[in-house]
Amino acid sequence: MRVSVQEAPFDLGRESAAFAAGHVDMGAIVTFTGIVRDLPDDPMQAMEIEHYPGMTEAALTDIATQAMTRFSLGDALVIHRYGRLVPGELIMMVATAARHRKDAFEGAEFLMDYLKSRAPFWKREISANGAAWVAAKDEDEAALNRW
Amino acid sequence: MDVLYFAWVRERIGLPREKVETNAATVAELVAELSAREDRYAVAFSDLSALRVAVDQELTDFDAPLAGVREVAFFPPMTGG
Repeated sequence: MRVSVQEAPFDLGRESAAFAAGHVDMGAIVTFTGIVRDLPDDPMQAMEIEHYPGMTEAALTDIATQAMTRFSLGDALVIHRYGRLVPGELIMMVATAARHRKDAFEGAEFLMDYLKSRAPFWKREISANGAAWVAAKDEDEAALNRW
Repeated sequence: MDVLYFAWVRERIGLPREKVETNAATVAELVAELSAREDRYAVAFSDLSALRVAVDQELTDFDAPLAGVREVAFFPPMTGG
């Protein structure tokens, strides 16, 4: 299991391949990647991601540990960036390894649902019209109820 | 103790962290003390339903006790992923 909170970009292909390579006993690998999306009506110049050093690493480690136990994962990876990103850049990725695909998919969804509203990151979108903090959605909080 | 502010809470209060001497027994009492100091605190803390709090880097509630606590952080709902 590995958790990385970093400003630097990551190489999705290399991270995915390295994660998959280590698991001869795992039949399923799922990866999810989040990308900075442009806004159709208000072109975005950048996204700034703030976080809470110390708590962020602890929260992600806790979420990943829960996923490992709950879905019998053989391994889990969480990479999440902070700082200034532009549209098209990769924000974060999760990867899960399990014996079977259902646990790998569900483990990845659980990781995503929890890190969206329980890991201390805050996004701010900057466009020609100014900067605005991204508001949390009620549905993100509601998504936790299914677990 | 150290009190930290993130995202728009940091912007409204105008600083990322500060040392606070307090005898507040709970987070809610600390919020009341800070809000009584200056308007910028009162504005930032005007709607607690829009805020989250972490005590010693763990998410908790506004009625959490502060005895022995080193660090309290206030921030809006998180938007990771």
